[in-house]
Amino acid sequence: MDLQVFDLAVARGGVPVLEGLNFSLAEGRALVLRGPNGSGKTTLLRTIAGLQPALEGRVEGAGERIAYAAHADGLKTALSVTENLSFWAQVFGKEDISAALQGFDLVDLAHRPAGSLSAGQKRRLGLARLMVTGRPVWVLDEPTVSLDAASVALFAEAVRGHLAAGGAALMATHIDLGLDEAELFDVGPYKAKPRVSAQDEAFL
Amino acid sequence: MSIWEYANPVKFIKTTDRLMPYMAVGAVVCLVSGLIWGFFFTPDDYRQGSTVKIIYLHVPAALMAINAWLMMLVASLVWIVRRHHVSALAARAAAPIGAVMTIIALATGAIWGQPMWGTWWVWDPRLTSFLILFLFYLGYMALWEAIENDDTAADLTSILCLVGSVFAVLSRYAVLFWNQGLHQGASLSLDKEEHVHDVYSNPLYVCIAGFILLFIALVFLRTQTEIRARRARALIARERLA
Amino acid sequence: MISLLMRDLRLAVRAGGGFGLGLAFFLIVTVLVPLGVGPETGLLAKIAPGILWIGALLACLLSLDRIFALDWEDGSLDLLATAPLPMEGIVSIKALAHWLTTGLPLVIVAPGLGVLLSLPQGGYFWIVVSLLLGSPALSVIGTFGAALTVGLKRGGLLLSLLVLPLYVPTLVFGAEVARRGAEGFAVQTPLLMLAGISFGAVALLPFASAAVLRINLR
Repeated sequence: MDLQVFDLAVARGGVPVLEGLNFSLAEGRALVLRGPNGSGKTTLLRTIAGLQPALEGRVEGAGERIAYAAHADGLKTALSVTENLSFWAQVFGKEDISAALQGFDLVDLAHRPAGSLSAGQKRRLGLARLMVTGRPVWVLDEPTVSLDAASVALFAEAVRGHLAAGGAALMATHIDLGLDEAELFDVGPYKAKPRVSAQDEAFL
Repeated sequence: MSIWEYANPVKFIKTTDRLMPYMAVGAVVCLVSGLIWGFFFTPDDYRQGSTVKIIYLHVPAALMAINAWLMMLVASLVWIVRRHHVSALAARAAAPIGAVMTIIALATGAIWGQPMWGTWWVWDPRLTSFLILFLFYLGYMALWEAIENDDTAADLTSILCLVGSVFAVLSRYAVLFWNQGLHQGASLSLDKEEHVHDVYSNPLYVCIAGFILLFIALVFLRTQTEIRARRARALIARERLA
Repeated sequence: MISLLMRDLRLAVRAGGGFGLGLAFFLIVTVLVPLGVGPETGLLAKIAPGILWIGALLACLLSLDRIFALDWEDGSLDLLATAPLPMEGIVSIKALAHWLTTGLPLVIVAPGLGVLLSLPQGGYFWIVVSLLLGSPALSVIGTFGAALTVGLKRGGLLLSLLVLPLYVPTLVFGAEVARRGAEGFAVQTPLLMLAGISFGAVALLPFASAAVLRINLR
């Protein structure tokens, strides 16, 4: 089942930012969103992840198939790397976290508390979370922030593995990951025409 | 032609503008005549003397303190079910009025209680319930103030109003159970035995009508203000786009 | 669900989790009251059930803002919302974790603090029973308040203002059970009312809390 988006319009704080979006994401494919800061990429990803309602249009094939990773990693600094990952695995009804630990080179850090990790290591742990969810569609918001070149390569490898296994990935990033499967999607042309927010409109 | 037409902000302002003078004049006429009638043309009570006459402020204010919350509850339900902005704003507009009515009821109650019970305040169930009601009003208003996004604020305060209503009723029964109280029975009830004498009750009805009209006029006025403030913000937002 | 509960419990007892703060607060309130009202045993014995209830309630209130605030700040709340857990389940588990880490310890230490306040002999059993029945309501109502104010700057004070009026019925019936028990009167009626409020709150309020949390995550 593909992730499909029909005539989607999304709003941030009630103000429309993107509209008329139509795209689909097939299994084994990756879609990279491009656009300047503030163009609404995060809002679009949050809408697709189901965290906020769409202003117009609809999203299909999302919901329970989405694994979402935001700017914040949702790590508990008092828990160890293993505990953090195991928790998310259990929430998603999974057990095994070894593949995720290996995939993001966290095996040596497994028993360190997450609070003692560097920013890049935390980010890797946050991304490793995706691998334990077992969900087919990864929705990633700036996944490579604070990652060094080697870690970016690890991440690209993880995405490639995910796609090869029939998964899909939708991400907003500015870095070229060297993924041949990835298509680029520029959100620039879909900038919403300036209009007042729905909640203001009622009063005009 | 349906009643929901008045949920349109512009239509609401037009309609209430037409109605408001009648409400305001009616409120003034009822209050002035009712209070003069009550204060100067009713006999002193054989036990309570002339202090009983504070009833003409106390009872209507107490009634409106409760009715304002009921109105907010209905308006909140309308917002949750039908999402009419005017409804949410009317609930917001009514809260401070209800809070002030509660203060009037408490203050007049204290002034009445002093000569009767020999103290300004007792932890009587009725007094306590009104104090708790006042706290509910405070929380409701504070939540409106704290949230920036208007729709989010309307959603959250509506749910608080629903949950609060249930707990307000529970609190009422709790304090009744907790202390049986000194307060005299209801001033107005269908049971003839407990009822205050007709000599007192007729001007009381006029005062209650006055308070109701005053409340409606104030809610209209404050809702209009809220609508205009929102409209001003919407216009500024549109201006910025152009 | 179990894993969320285990995580919250683990976080509470680890360093910086704030476990025990509520207990310390409860102790301090119980120490301050005799300092304020005087050491007369008869007076303390009379007000002991009420003081213990107020102390427990305030200690509970103190820890409410942690229920969602930490998960909100580090982004886990967003991630939990996209996880295969119903929001009603998440808020129920959060309330349960709060009760286990705050409410239950308060119930356990209450008799000990009762000694400090010269609680009458018959009162120990009923203070424990009333707190045991009433504290789940305190946690669930508090979770509703915490869900209302999550993400708000300066939400702490507002949270108290919203939650305290909602605590009134629980406090009245809970303290009444403890007081009547201490004085040797029949406790049946307030006990039933307290149980009713507790069960009603536990059964129904999570729906309101979940609705409110969804609105706040939007």
